[in-house]
Amino acid sequence: MNRRSLLALAAGAAMVAFAGTASAAWPTRPITIIVPWGAGGGTDATARVIGSLLEKELGQPVNVVNRTGGSGVVGHTAIATAAPDGYTLGIMTVEINMMHWQGLTQLTHQSYTPVAIYNNDPAGVQVAADAPYKTIKDLLEAVKANPGKLKSSGTGQGGIWHLAIAGMLKGAGIEPNAAPWVPSQGAASGLQDMVAGGVQIVPCSIPEARAMLDAGKVRSLAIMDGKRNPAYPDVPTLKEATGIDWSMAAWRAVVGPKGLPKEVTDRLLPALKKAHESKEFRDFMAKQGFGLLWAEGAEAEAFLKKSNADLGAVMKAVGLAKSS
Amino acid sequence: MDALLTAFGLVFDPYVILVIACSAAFGLFVGAVPGLTATMATALLVPVTFFMEPVPAIAAIVTATAMAIFSGDIPGCLVRIPGTPASAAYTDESYAMTRRGMAEQALGAGLVFSAMGGIFGSIVLVLAAPSLAEMALKFSSFEYFWLVCLGLTCAVFISTGDPLKGLISLFIGLTVSLVGLDNPAGHPRLTFGSTELMGGISFIPAMIGMFAVSEVIRWAATPDAPAFKVQASIGNIFTGMGRMTREYKKPLLRGSIVGTLIGALPGAGADIAAWISYAMSKKFSKTPEKFGTGHPEGIVESGASNNAAVSGAWIPALVFGIPGDSITAIVIGVLYMKGMNPGPTVFMNNAPQLYAVFIVFFIANIMMIPFGWAAIKAAKQILRVPRSILMPIILLFCIVGAFAINNTVFGVGLMLAFGVLAYFMESNGIPVAPAILGIVLGAMLEDTFVSSMIKADGDLLGFFSRPISATLGVVTLLVWFAPLMIRTMRRWQTPAA
Repeated sequence: MNRRSLLALAAGAAMVAFAGTASAAWPTRPITIIVPWGAGGGTDATARVIGSLLEKELGQPVNVVNRTGGSGVVGHTAIATAAPDGYTLGIMTVEINMMHWQGLTQLTHQSYTPVAIYNNDPAGVQVAADAPYKTIKDLLEAVKANPGKLKSSGTGQGGIWHLAIAGMLKGAGIEPNAAPWVPSQGAASGLQDMVAGGVQIVPCSIPEARAMLDAGKVRSLAIMDGKRNPAYPDVPTLKEATGIDWSMAAWRAVVGPKGLPKEVTDRLLPALKKAHESKEFRDFMAKQGFGLLWAEGAEAEAFLKKSNADLGAVMKAVGLAKSS
Repeated sequence: MDALLTAFGLVFDPYVILVIACSAAFGLFVGAVPGLTATMATALLVPVTFFMEPVPAIAAIVTATAMAIFSGDIPGCLVRIPGTPASAAYTDESYAMTRRGMAEQALGAGLVFSAMGGIFGSIVLVLAAPSLAEMALKFSSFEYFWLVCLGLTCAVFISTGDPLKGLISLFIGLTVSLVGLDNPAGHPRLTFGSTELMGGISFIPAMIGMFAVSEVIRWAATPDAPAFKVQASIGNIFTGMGRMTREYKKPLLRGSIVGTLIGALPGAGADIAAWISYAMSKKFSKTPEKFGTGHPEGIVESGASNNAAVSGAWIPALVFGIPGDSITAIVIGVLYMKGMNPGPTVFMNNAPQLYAVFIVFFIANIMMIPFGWAAIKAAKQILRVPRSILMPIILLFCIVGAFAINNTVFGVGLMLAFGVLAYFMESNGIPVAPAILGIVLGAMLEDTFVSSMIKADGDLLGFFSRPISATLGVVTLLVWFAPLMIRTMRRWQTPAA
């Protein structure tokens, strides 16, 4: 083979390679999923399952990285500011619709390309097993009779469960701050504090309280959702028990930075849907007690918009919102 | 008894043993790489465990974390980069031993006593889990506040030399912990509008910077300093361990007990256990003046303590599904997934699997000895590398570690800044260890104080209103003011005499 034909061959090979990259469908290299919360939490756990299932579907490694801190601001910012090439995706959580009302960031859910919302966990109302309140009505009456006496906890100041109880109290015609919020690192430390006698109410989700419920250390009085949790059919919904029409839930969604190309979402959405419907994912979510939800496209947009408006309204009512 | 036999059958299965061996190697590697913690080792294992039976899945995590907590000692001892935060408390001590040519004793002590602490913690886990978990659940923010205060008091004990300089260092650390949004009010503080700073100052880049980068800078400033002494023969690292066990049996026992108890408390894990044990070791030692100069006593006590804490953390996790530390927070998820739902019923419903997990605890801690021995043999070679080659490599590893924790370049910048800060602190005789303690405990101090104040409606007497809290409070105040009172009384007596 002479030099010229070698050159021609090389050029040809280069062209083929070039054409290859141009036409090859996303993904051609590993994908990163940013999780704005710490390793071991619910968001991290679900992201890692989704990551390993997507890896199978897409044939490229999917790395889950935790960008924690700032009550989720840091990680959400990292997702929004990444290049919208489909190689950096992220898990967006309900806090995105709360942080901007508090003036912590300019980011809103519109700063992202939502792919699909995959999980939704409604708030519950938990009290210690030895507490005198047998029903949610008892509890509300106790709060009303002695505003400020019963303390509640389960996440940081202005966190999702803080809003859940504030909204519930508002719905019951009680001052939203009547059960003062004690900030905690999360539901587990809030529950522990309640069992230790430090606080009286933990309005976290049922899956978060499950071990303590099963151990008979805490009691769930109501769930702030339209329907009962199939795993705990004895816990009434707030509306059934009191007539207060108030629901609040923490949700999680797979998103990309704004402007994610259609080629990416066209490939990603079916893969994600398949993962969501897989037996592995269903088993995992059921065993962990996570609530399932699937919303894509216009449905997801509408869901996010409603969530944003609801949260904004209650944050203003409680006095947590800064921006109007 | 049948359950126990079934459990042995579950563990001594070739597949399970293979999983344990692989996780051991994995844990050793992760722990030895600065910036990769035992918690990360667990998180990385989770997707793998999806495809396993319950026993191998849990065995993988138990083994990897025990190994990682030990192997964090290795880089700390050899090149002053603690591999995991749990090793930070005695990094200076073991590095001092290395400089005196006693790297093998330091690592050997770390290994043997880590294993012993781990086994002690496992025994407690097996025998007393339900009752200890009940006790741990009685701790609310009031009790934690006093515990943190006691922990901060350690700063004075662990600083070699002037206590005043130790306090200065501690307050530098506490100030650093103020940065960010993760405070009880959820309000950004000292962030200067930076999104990265909203997340606060990550502890790991700060720790790597303060220990390792400052050492690199110091070397660059005085490149002619004498090299490490390396023992010519790679001796038996186990020589003298029998003697040490006899000599330090009290510190060993104390470290194991304190470690298990602190591990069992939700919210305090191996890192804090190691600090408190190191300080206690010095406080109760017959020869406190030797601490900081390369003396194994503190390593024995705190090395046992952090491994005992890893086992202890499983106590509330198994009994109530309340994580004892960040590792068991992940483990609880895996337990649910594998149908071993935490709660008192796990002891009845899943007895064979649970016993199998207990057996794995013992196997992991026993296997630590040969695996750790091999790791030490391999790692020790780096002392033979000329320092002009070693130091840039250390810097490289520091950069990787600081980057890995949050996957951001910001972490690298933080690490370098803390390296420079620590260099100036140490060249002025201010120890860095208390500053690191301040960063570790600062947020907890604030959280527990503010939570308690909200609960007590601002009444300071709330800190003495609960029996355990009142006891801890009185102990703390005595530790703080007893020396002052004794001195005052002596001064009064002197003129009278």
